[in-house]
Amino acid sequence: MNRLLTPALVILVILLMLASILIGPAAVPVGDSLAALIRGDGGPLTLVMRELRLPRAVLAATIGAGLGLSGAVMQGYLRNPLAEPGLLGVSGAAALGAVLALQTGLAAAMALALPLSGLAGAFTAVLVLALLAGPSGGALTLILAGIGVSALSGAGLALVLNLSPDPFAAQEIVFWLMGSLADRSWSHVALALPFIVVGCALLLTQAKALSALTLGEDAAASMGVNLGRLRVVVLLGTAAVVGASTAVAGSIGFIGLMVPHILRRATQGNPARLLPVSALGGAALLLAADIAVRLILPGRDLKLGVLLAILGAPFFLMLILRTRFAQNA
Amino acid sequence: MSVFRHVSEALALVLALAVPAGAQPPEAPRRVVSMNLCTDQLALMLAAPGQLVSVSYLAHDGVVAPLQEAARALPANHGLAEEVYLLQPDLVLAGRYSTVATVAMLQRLGVPVIRFEPENSLDDIEASLAQMGAALGRDAEARAAIARFRQDRALLATHAAQVRAGAEGPRAVLYSARGWTGGSQTLSGDILRAAGLRNLADELGLAWGGMVALESLLIADPDRLILGQPGHSPEGWSEARALLHHPALRHSRAYGAGVAANDRDWVCGTPYVLGAIARLIDGTAP
Repeated sequence: MNRLLTPALVILVILLMLASILIGPAAVPVGDSLAALIRGDGGPLTLVMRELRLPRAVLAATIGAGLGLSGAVMQGYLRNPLAEPGLLGVSGAAALGAVLALQTGLAAAMALALPLSGLAGAFTAVLVLALLAGPSGGALTLILAGIGVSALSGAGLALVLNLSPDPFAAQEIVFWLMGSLADRSWSHVALALPFIVVGCALLLTQAKALSALTLGEDAAASMGVNLGRLRVVVLLGTAAVVGASTAVAGSIGFIGLMVPHILRRATQGNPARLLPVSALGGAALLLAADIAVRLILPGRDLKLGVLLAILGAPFFLMLILRTRFAQNA
Repeated sequence: MSVFRHVSEALALVLALAVPAGAQPPEAPRRVVSMNLCTDQLALMLAAPGQLVSVSYLAHDGVVAPLQEAARALPANHGLAEEVYLLQPDLVLAGRYSTVATVAMLQRLGVPVIRFEPENSLDDIEASLAQMGAALGRDAEARAAIARFRQDRALLATHAAQVRAGAEGPRAVLYSARGWTGGSQTLSGDILRAAGLRNLADELGLAWGGMVALESLLIADPDRLILGQPGHSPEGWSEARALLHHPALRHSRAYGAGVAANDRDWVCGTPYVLGAIARLIDGTAP
């Protein structure tokens, strides 16, 4: 079964991507949609398929993969099953960075400023978390630090959006806190994809080091793991993935929490195996969630975070319970 | 001479009518504060010099060009009960749905408030002009403005009929921030109708307007796009407005046919909407 896990996930992601580009407010027969996508007669349906649904599906897959992977890496590095970029305020800080770039006009002057400031926000948050509750810190310290970072970045976000001269900006706090892939375009893909790919590649290089780290820092160091480099790569990789994702789609939480948790048993908790399948699982989960928000409330732009929190929060509570039992035992 | 220029001149005349200090009836209010962008503009058109003492903060940047100088000469208020009360008004003008709490507070403090319904058609503009004239004790000016408005409207109707020459007008759609479109029961819908355009919102069953997903809009494949104005300030950023710059919209057939802007003379029910209609007719002429 374990050997079949990766191919099964790959097939699932492909099927979900297909479903994602075939589902939308304009109900069009499957054959027509695919013909318009592939042949391209320049008509309105081609425009919808190529410039609305395809970039949306590509973004869902890449952002989901990045978030699933960075969740697994954060859990491995902090040796804590409760670690997750959304819950710990990393996404919130990335959103604050992105919003600052947009509201100051920096993003309009230089397109790359948007993912870069998202990255800067995420990097600051991960750094603060790692300093406050590094590998040696307990679960409680980590969650408390996360609450602090979340609260601060959420307040900063609300402040910046309320100060915006744009009358619609303040209403978009929910977009930045809950995330959405509605009406994304290839320009969003072009901005986010390179950072997510580089970030994921960086994180995957640390799979062996994270495996060694499960035995403890001293053991890992004696096995030749460069702990300093591990830390820098984890910080940078996570920040690149979460920063760029959040800059184009808002904060999307719980993917990094749920996916590694579901897949941990199938990979015997070995980070070297967990990391790649978490990326695939994250892609599948976000694609599925993005399809679900379109089916539940068509045309109303239900935010992804609403659905993911309904699914993910019980997971989180269950994990807290399990952590408590483990401590008591 | 283009109809547009004619209408502009006619509007300038309306404005000129407002300038001479006519003999006011004794009961006319002397210190009038307006808290709504639309009542701001009607009041600026009709009030006697010195009668209007403050306009809403939106007015400094948001009124139609011919009224801008007059608006900027007056101090702005932010629709807060305290600041409006301290201006010691003997009449406050407000919109029906805006600043509801402030209006209630001012009424408790004994300040007379007159509320104006939003205009949903060109006919409603006449009613608002009459209401404003009565509120300010400027009935004669209001009657003159209404007469001029009717005359210009008739002129535009003739022009539109000439331009369309009996053919069906293009299928147009209003598209504003967040994907909002105006239906035929709204003032913008009436502007489209007066310009001889068919409103896509009717096809979509949105008589009062509503949100239209970008995807649904593209599939409906309109002939013309009328994009919403970027809000009262071009600064700042919102995903709501970014939607109007989506590449899929820019690559659509309607965008290629030329985009009309839903500008500030569309926002409020004032005679200046006739300028918008004139531009729309000329911009969508076959």
